[in-house]
Amino acid sequence: MTNPKFYHFLGCIIPHRYPSIQKATELVFADLGMDLLDMEGATCCPAPGVFGSFDRVTWASIAARNLTIAEQGGHPITTGCNGCFASLWDANHELKHDDELRAAVNVALAEVGREFKGSIEVYHYVDALYSMVGIEKIRERVTRPFKGVRMALHPGCHWMRPKNVKQKDDSEHPHIFRDLCEASGAEYVPYKDELICCGAGGAVRTADVKVALDFTKQKFDSLEAAGGADMIVTPCPFCELQLDLGQVEIQKHFEVEYKYDIIHVSELLALAFGHEPEEFGLETHLQYIQRKSEPNWKRLGLKVES
Amino acid sequence: MTSTEDKFAIDIDEVDTGFVQMIKKTGGPNIQSCYQCGTCSGSCPAGVRTNYLVRGIIRKALLGLKEQCISSPELWYCTTCYTCTDRCPQDVAPTDVIKAIRNVAVAEGYMLKPHQKVAQKVLETGHAVPLDSETWEKLREKVHLPTRPPNASSHPEAIEEIMKIAKKTGFDKLVADKQEAEQ
Repeated sequence: MTNPKFYHFLGCIIPHRYPSIQKATELVFADLGMDLLDMEGATCCPAPGVFGSFDRVTWASIAARNLTIAEQGGHPITTGCNGCFASLWDANHELKHDDELRAAVNVALAEVGREFKGSIEVYHYVDALYSMVGIEKIRERVTRPFKGVRMALHPGCHWMRPKNVKQKDDSEHPHIFRDLCEASGAEYVPYKDELICCGAGGAVRTADVKVALDFTKQKFDSLEAAGGADMIVTPCPFCELQLDLGQVEIQKHFEVEYKYDIIHVSELLALAFGHEPEEFGLETHLQYIQRKSEPNWKRLGLKVES
Repeated sequence: MTSTEDKFAIDIDEVDTGFVQMIKKTGGPNIQSCYQCGTCSGSCPAGVRTNYLVRGIIRKALLGLKEQCISSPELWYCTTCYTCTDRCPQDVAPTDVIKAIRNVAVAEGYMLKPHQKVAQKVLETGHAVPLDSETWEKLREKVHLPTRPPNASSHPEAIEEIMKIAKKTGFDKLVADKQEAEQ
């Protein structure tokens, strides 16, 4: 049987700011027998907050250009960013259902010799892992379970919302992301504001970073009220940036210090599959670089002398 | 200070529906299903910390108060989390309505400088967050990845394509600095 193949849409933040997520994803997908293909010449998704708010046709046209790269190769796309997923999945969906938008987009794409055909699907890593590999197979692959490590989740928004359109999970009571993360063996810690937005999206972080951080701070305070956690796991690099680097920024703007290790679900699984943190550079998260610190190895149950 | 004398009465018999039609065409087709229950604002994480009020903006739009809607700075506090959209009993999809109103605002020249810069960056580099310093290249090397990823950071022809698309849709002029646009 040949391996399932995906075009790997990297976006901006993963390859340019949190490359540890890219590397960890490559390790995890290879371990699970799924091939990731380079998407040569892919651009920004483009950023759904700014582009979607500025001009819908341009947003859809640039997203469609990315989609045509995968259409030409005939394989689906996978992305590990809620923002990229919002642009690529939503544009793919809207272009398949809105003839007027599709006509306008194809006029723009004709300028560069491309045409949106609507022949491929877009998967978030979470979908690809949950639906195409399955929790059982992932659990079997775990060689270093996060036993006794208390894990809070930040699922973020755009991989499951809007729920009636995406039809991925019940956004008010989601379980898919949790199931996937629990396969690592970590212990799920609920907190009241788990499902609220990190604050970065919709072009808000760009417009007013302090307002964006106020969302983030609310999440941390809610988690502290629930007794805290040893790590926070997210399926999105923009959320990761907001929660990780955001702690440094919150300290500056609000003079409150939080010390949470923020881990992308690909990084969580890479570690659970027995990869060492150095293989994908967990210590390169911007929080650690700015604070000249490192992950709390002991709390994460890593690098512990046995 | 706010007093009723400063406010003008809204004549609901003479509503300008042009704005609503514009919103419906620009991505907010269900705006007229709104019956003002306020579930959107009650669910809104931006609304609890800013003066952003989804219900108010939608009501203003339905009343044809275009200028008030598109010029209000709080229009840009929606993080597009879609919680209101998932809870709206009328399927108004308020998030899409807000994005449509933002489209109209931008078309009429209301855009924030930082957003304009992000848009320009995509046209110049192909990415909103570009690989724009050696620091980031070194970060990639540290995690055992090639210095440059296979995206537009190593494909200048991809950036040319983006520029051509933006020229065709008029986006290049829309986000150009004002003086440049006038030249």
